[in-house]
Amino acid sequence: MTKALIRLEHIGKSFGSRPVLENISMQLMRGEITTLIGPNGAGKSTLVRIILGLLKPDRGSVQPSAELKIGYMPQKINIDPTLPISTCRFLQLANTSHSACHAALEKVGIGHLATAPVQTLSGGEMQRALLARAIVRNPNFLVLDEPVQGVDVTGQNALYSMIAELSKSLNCGVLMVSHDLHLVMSATDHVICLNQHICCQGNPEQVTQDQAYIDIFGQTTAVYAHQHDHQHSIHGEVLDQQGNHQHGEGCRHD
Amino acid sequence: MTDFLLYALLAGLGVAMVAGPLGCFVVWRRMAYFGDTLAHSALLGVSIGVLLGINISITVAAIPLLIALGLVYLEQRGILSLDTLLGILSHSALATGLVLISLLPDVRVDLMSLLFGDLLSVTINDLWLIYGVASTVVLLLLWLWKPLINITVHEELASVEGVNVSAVRTALMLITALVIAIAMKIVGVLLITALLIIPAATARRISSTPEQMAVIASLIAMLTVVMGLAMSWYSDTPAGPSIVVCGALLFTLSLAVRQRS
Repeated sequence: MTKALIRLEHIGKSFGSRPVLENISMQLMRGEITTLIGPNGAGKSTLVRIILGLLKPDRGSVQPSAELKIGYMPQKINIDPTLPISTCRFLQLANTSHSACHAALEKVGIGHLATAPVQTLSGGEMQRALLARAIVRNPNFLVLDEPVQGVDVTGQNALYSMIAELSKSLNCGVLMVSHDLHLVMSATDHVICLNQHICCQGNPEQVTQDQAYIDIFGQTTAVYAHQHDHQHSIHGEVLDQQGNHQHGEGCRHD
Repeated sequence: MTDFLLYALLAGLGVAMVAGPLGCFVVWRRMAYFGDTLAHSALLGVSIGVLLGINISITVAAIPLLIALGLVYLEQRGILSLDTLLGILSHSALATGLVLISLLPDVRVDLMSLLFGDLLSVTINDLWLIYGVASTVVLLLLWLWKPLINITVHEELASVEGVNVSAVRTALMLITALVIAIAMKIVGVLLITALLIIPAATARRISSTPEQMAVIASLIAMLTVVMGLAMSWYSDTPAGPSIVVCGALLFTLSLAVRQRS
């Protein structure tokens, strides 16, 4: 029985009077890749920031296990060109060991760029450098916010399978945020479909057959389209035709 | 060589030593306008110090620090963009300082020396203060160097990796306020930012690590102080502006050097 690395209970968060997250409960396990999907404004980034401890939830609790060590890959990074810093040094900010940094760069396939200024890396190389920084501290939990942003489709496939391999070889839990359902399905164990509340969750096969998932993302996963099956109240709460809060089939909260 | 020239040189070198590395952070973090705002508010510090009868050395550091903390608060409330906030605070602080000084009936304050520095009137007591503050700043920078670089690269990454981001940011503001307080004597409130960013920008051309850039910026700042004082001595020009002119000259020359990556 694996112990949860981090457990969320009944998390709620509002910005001003606008609720962004409602009653989110989940647990993230070692050795398991969890993918968070949902339309824009679903609260994915907010939830990630709460899990990282960068944001305090208004309600509910975040319970990290004692051994939790997070490696984080932010969505994008913008380093001023006036800062002279090599890719290797960029990694050393997280782990001062020179050999650990070189090993991490080799692992993500950009060992040859160790001495290059980090600002000169291309989009795909930068994503790999960020991934290397996330793993260089030997974390047991990786949080990857849209890890394939700005990478072409072939590169996306390569990155996703690299993440799956890393998760296995490091034996760590992974939480990934993604827009792209089609590519991510093959490299994930558990999918959480978020739209302010958890619409449905399960393994990819279960989720794709879940009515709540189909209602949001449609039958075909190749093209991403968010279709509202419901209306939102003025407070952002999900309403059905009669104006009551409704749940998808996989929805576990009450 | 006369005493006042020696004092001026030592004072200038002491300030230049810390202006280099701090200037690097101002450049890396794009804080030039922020530095300007704090420098302008140092003038407000002078007038408040005179008005309340507090030692001016304390208020010229305390008022910029208070303004900096106020800025953080206002920025977090998200009413206006940081750029606009800085514009408002910078010039209101400068104007309020000038108005208050003009209202003080009994005190004759030399406005020019506040605005552009008065390096040649440095006393032995000023020297003690400058070197005391400068060594505190050097120790703080050495102690916080790694987290400072880390939050400069990416604050959220640093935070997840265990850096107390708000504490380090506050420390950087404190350091900035301290350097402004001692740099005011050298180049005056209007030229402090120049003393911070010109040597750093010049050093960038020939540096390939953050540490190299900090040390080279420090050396360049010290060189500009020597050059500026010499210029002031031989051509009878105001010392503060002469130092900045020499800094700008070195920067222009550095453009001929191919930038190291």
